[in-house]
Amino acid sequence: MIDQSSNVILEMRGITKRFPGVVANDNVDLKLHDGEVLALLGENGAGKSTLMNILVGLYRQDEGEIYVRDELVQISSPRDSADLGIGMVHQNFMLVPTMTVAENIILGMVDLPLVPDMRQISEGIRELSQRYQLKVNPDVKIWQLSVGEQQRVEILKLIYRGAEILILDEPTAVLTPQESHELQEVLKIMTKEDKSAIFITHKMEEVMSFSDRVMVLQNGRLTATRKTSETSPNELARLMVGRDVLFRLEKEVVQPGDVVLELKNVNAKDDRGLPALRGVSLKIRCGEILGIAGVAGNGQDQLAEVISGLRNPDSGNVFISGKDVTNNSPLGMIKAGVSHIPADRMGMGTVGNMAVAENLIMKGYRNEPISSGGLIRPKKILDYAKRMIESFKIATPTAKTRVKFLSGGNIQKTILAREIDACDGILVAVYPSRGLDVGATEAVRNMLLEQRSDGRGILLISEDLDELTSIADRIAVLFEGKIMGIINSEDADIEVLGLMMGGARLEELQNESGLKSAQVKD
Amino acid sequence: MQIFFEKRKNVSRKAIVLVPVVSFLVALLLGAILLLITGVNPIVTYQAMAQGAFGTVYGFSETLVVAIPLMLTGLGVTIAFRMRFWNIGAEGQLVFGGIAGAGVALFLADTIPEFLLLPSIILAGMIAGALWAGIPAVLKAYLGVDETLTSLMLNYVAILFASYLYYGAWRDPLGFGFPGTARFVEEAWLPRILGRAHYGLFFGLIAAIILWIVFNRTRWGFELKIIGENQTAARYLGIKIARNIVLALLLSGALSGLAGVSHVAGIFRRLQTGLAAGYGYTAIIIAWLAQLNPIAVIFVSILMGGLFVGGDQVQMMMGLPSAVGLVLQGLILFPMLAGTLFTEYKIKIVRPDKTPRVESEAAS
Repeated sequence: MIDQSSNVILEMRGITKRFPGVVANDNVDLKLHDGEVLALLGENGAGKSTLMNILVGLYRQDEGEIYVRDELVQISSPRDSADLGIGMVHQNFMLVPTMTVAENIILGMVDLPLVPDMRQISEGIRELSQRYQLKVNPDVKIWQLSVGEQQRVEILKLIYRGAEILILDEPTAVLTPQESHELQEVLKIMTKEDKSAIFITHKMEEVMSFSDRVMVLQNGRLTATRKTSETSPNELARLMVGRDVLFRLEKEVVQPGDVVLELKNVNAKDDRGLPALRGVSLKIRCGEILGIAGVAGNGQDQLAEVISGLRNPDSGNVFISGKDVTNNSPLGMIKAGVSHIPADRMGMGTVGNMAVAENLIMKGYRNEPISSGGLIRPKKILDYAKRMIESFKIATPTAKTRVKFLSGGNIQKTILAREIDACDGILVAVYPSRGLDVGATEAVRNMLLEQRSDGRGILLISEDLDELTSIADRIAVLFEGKIMGIINSEDADIEVLGLMMGGARLEELQNESGLKSAQVKD
Repeated sequence: MQIFFEKRKNVSRKAIVLVPVVSFLVALLLGAILLLITGVNPIVTYQAMAQGAFGTVYGFSETLVVAIPLMLTGLGVTIAFRMRFWNIGAEGQLVFGGIAGAGVALFLADTIPEFLLLPSIILAGMIAGALWAGIPAVLKAYLGVDETLTSLMLNYVAILFASYLYYGAWRDPLGFGFPGTARFVEEAWLPRILGRAHYGLFFGLIAAIILWIVFNRTRWGFELKIIGENQTAARYLGIKIARNIVLALLLSGALSGLAGVSHVAGIFRRLQTGLAAGYGYTAIIIAWLAQLNPIAVIFVSILMGGLFVGGDQVQMMMGLPSAVGLVLQGLILFPMLAGTLFTEYKIKIVRPDKTPRVESEAAS
């Protein structure tokens, strides 16, 4: 905890940054004290990342000044900001997978001898990692590390290079709850050592548990600064979106229809050839959302891939509306009516270098009116794209803007628009609201519910139990590739789900407590 | 004053046009420095080059003679590069196309009806070029073999096979030891338009227009673009990647094969030494300078052809090495590669006063 008398280490005054058509930061002031953790809270596109990118020299402010330890500074490159002791952990890690942790840490450092003494460097890293409880072996190659460990390497890299102000861009987005907790400990130790941190987030719980102070940005403007101890998640949510955010979800009563998707005893391997799905059987009816809960890495990705034709099962069968579609190609599955909202939005779901309009037609280009007789029709594409942009409320400067310049929420809306419009029966949604702000999350969930009302069968893979219990009809829990049980979401108890995610079978739990399991009547 | 680079949200159209033009001017400037060092007046030299390449009907026709194979191979390479398939085997595909065309002209002239002979020759050349490109394509698409190595190595196979043929098996017994086959029958000659410039020019222009339509207006072109940008997304979208890579590369090779067979049937009228003149390598420079735009390939090829011919002219008229033209070709690429930065980034100039402001933007 900081007291008011501690020194201001960093100050940004009146920062304004304009992009063509948008003001990303509008006269923003920021103060950071020694040993403080400052949370930068805001929706996607509120200007948090832009502000931090200015601080690390990736962007240049149009107006405003930056002071480090009361001295006016010009930050024109990442090197300048590193020299000032500022470092940033980006959402996408900047590590070379085939090199060791130690090599990555010294990569790009200027004041190294021609032949660095790697043993000594490793030793130094080991010491630091113990001091800050950033457990990681300096001699291991990056590709062998989990995402959480890679993040620790990024943090170590900054500390090793003498950073005193650490900027973390949505650090927990990629972490398991356990890893998030560890990160919190690391932040505590760091602030004790007089380092300061700014972290970008849009999750209230994190603000409450990680930070000393919180700044809220909305539409590029600073709307409030609060001491964390003197605010509440509800107040922050109101400040962030300008309204109270109880999710307004309209879940109609829908009478489920025929079984649209059925998996029978499906077994599949992952990319490394290890069993990922073991005897998975499930059924989804029209107008129903089947939620898949589980800790990431328990077969969720492979389940989605089997249904979308990206992975062939080793054994077992997949039926769509009663027709055997096992081993269909991705195109075969698309034609059978499967739409897929993938977890990896930039890597799989979109082509970043292509326009929003082009991304929107990436399923529909095969059909009239967008194409006919092998030719595509630019005017129809633009008309269609404008219609989709409007009805799905995608915030983009123009239909021709490249997708990679949109915010995360709008990239996801682009995918949703395309997949929902192309959907003909089955929608597979993988972590559809991961990393999205409150507004976008609500929009995504409502879109899924609309699809349910329209009679589609939806498989919703999520790690957010609130999401599953609020919009799914039934919830299946995956653990090590097996389904631990399926329960009706109104009967779902977070504790029971938690136990199943940890490997307990539903029947075992029922024997203890007499809980009812949801059965699909054939 | 400080200068910054900042990423653009949209690719600048102006920069796309300006960068190659400015690059060419910068190359001329750099070349001028080289010429000055060797004690030659650069203005006089450039005038002689321009005069030689574009100033006379004869010169311009010779420029076209070189521009035709450059255009066709440049288009072939453009297709491959758009898919991020680094086909550097256009030279071999060109030569192999020439070999196949010559084979038909030499050995099947009697069996094929007269009016079908030339079309057969051209078709044979295109098929041969396509097959030659198909080998690295299949290896890459189905086995993941690196295409730069295979396509490059196949150049040597084709070039050496051609010289085996015209020095050995197919050598004209009445040719007084000249390394070449017998001359084709007249029905096998590709008609000429102007000087030695032949119908291959039409092939090039038509191919460029067709490719522009394929890239911008067809479903297949759209699929190729997605594959080139992001294969994971392409697979997810149900696009057949391996098959499309092979198809695109067959088309790429067919165009290079067409370049070869047109040159053989239009210029040499026999298979002989001199076919592998480096067109397939210059095609790589052309594709980049044209920024993979097929229409731009037409103009860049003619410019490059002019540099070849202009170089020859200064050799004859001023006694300078003809490599002047080649040096300029090479010099263009450097400012060009540096210049593409401006299509993605813009320059910001900031005064060191207390409140930095945008002063100007270059090439936005």
